[in-house]
Amino acid sequence: MGLFDTVFGRTKQVQPKLDNLFALPTAALTLRTSLDLVPSGHAGLCFKAGSGEIEVNSDADIMSLLNFEAGADAATIATDDLGFKWLLLTNEDLDELVTRLHSANETLVEHGLGPRLLCAVFGFSPARPPGEGAVKMVYLFKQGSWYPFAPIAAQDRNNELELRVRSFLGTDLPIEKDLSRWMALWGLPVS
Amino acid sequence: MSKSNIESDAGLNVRMVITGLLLLVLYMIIVGVLLALKLSFTFVIVIAGAMLFSQYFFSDKIAMFSMRAHEVTAAEEPQLHAIVDRLCLLANMPKPRIGVAEIDIPNAFATGRSPKAAVVCATRGIMNRLSDEELEAVLAHELSHVAHRDVAVMTIASGVGMLAGLVGRMAMWGAMLGGGDNRNSNDNNGAIELVVWLVSIVISIVAYLLTMALSRYRELAADRSGAILIGKPSVLASALVRITGDIGRIPRTDLRKAEGMNAFFFAPALAGGTAASLFSTHPSLEKRLDALSKLERELNGHA
Repeated sequence: MGLFDTVFGRTKQVQPKLDNLFALPTAALTLRTSLDLVPSGHAGLCFKAGSGEIEVNSDADIMSLLNFEAGADAATIATDDLGFKWLLLTNEDLDELVTRLHSANETLVEHGLGPRLLCAVFGFSPARPPGEGAVKMVYLFKQGSWYPFAPIAAQDRNNELELRVRSFLGTDLPIEKDLSRWMALWGLPVS
Repeated sequence: MSKSNIESDAGLNVRMVITGLLLLVLYMIIVGVLLALKLSFTFVIVIAGAMLFSQYFFSDKIAMFSMRAHEVTAAEEPQLHAIVDRLCLLANMPKPRIGVAEIDIPNAFATGRSPKAAVVCATRGIMNRLSDEELEAVLAHELSHVAHRDVAVMTIASGVGMLAGLVGRMAMWGAMLGGGDNRNSNDNNGAIELVVWLVSIVISIVAYLLTMALSRYRELAADRSGAILIGKPSVLASALVRITGDIGRIPRTDLRKAEGMNAFFFAPALAGGTAASLFSTHPSLEKRLDALSKLERELNGHA
């Protein structure tokens, strides 16, 4: 924020950083070799619905906006307990999953919904269950950084595993350095 | 003071006594400075005494307020009360009041002028993160602070610094005001007051360092007593690992709930100082873990 924004108490809406998303497929290889975690094939895009340049209040509005080819992707919209919308995508191929999610992002940004994007989540599950449990890679659009989230119970997370993910991915992914930003996403709809 | 079943560590005691003696020497120097100044001696003592007394007497309210903690009844937090009940029976000490601070930072503190007026307080963050056994270890550490009367000790220890600060300020005012009118007769006085001001700054700094050292020794002593009380140093060690360092900084707060206040997101300061706040004015994690694993060996008879 500039001086005048501070003086007048204005905040600029933060535009999302989308490009670091594409670092994930490389990191997925490391996750597989080092921690025995493979992509679960599920991803989610979390955003707050509301009025942008156009009204997108109903799920149908969002779907028509995204204009997915029928059959090419399994895409659904869900609303969670906290009132956030989730665009849920399923695709066995991680590269395609990232690409689809990115194009959905761009569409939302084009329609003025960029500041409302909260995070993207990609699921990873143990290659040999139960293993050490599943990990979600969370991408923060405002920061352009990633962090791992490994929920193990309703309100508990496996911090040891999360820190291990960080130590392995340090060079592959821009990992969020400020650990206090590694917020939980309890009960998220991405498996 | 009723004797609690909490043992002490000889080496740690020696270090604490030495630190205490050094603080006493500082007290004498500052009194000497006051006598040299000749004026306003009682005034300084009265003000410092009043400040220390209120800090001591209202320590529980000050600490609870600064951590935004509230007292909880056994009906509201049955688990917390049950753990403290059990520990107080074990240690043979009166049960303190219990408070909870609704913040996500994992922390706990004990405060209050005497074991009878004490409050033991845990944050929501620490209760969410630790198992019952680990929470018990942390509460045993806090109850040890109460049994050791750490609020009283640290209040008295921090008194030197406060006194030195007051003397320095008065000397500075004296120099500024005295310098204004009848300069000739006061030239000498002004120089003395400048020296007094510098000396009191040095004393403040030394007193601060000594107070911090004493605080760290008290933390180690409370670690030790708490671990002996529950009989398992390793549980306190694992609790420490889980709430300090990297793991302690990973939040339990939901991203979607925190999103609205991201703009105002700053690292909240922990209340330290005289409230014997766990895990902030503190020996390093390694030191505490070393001491605990040594204790574990002693308890197992491999001393």
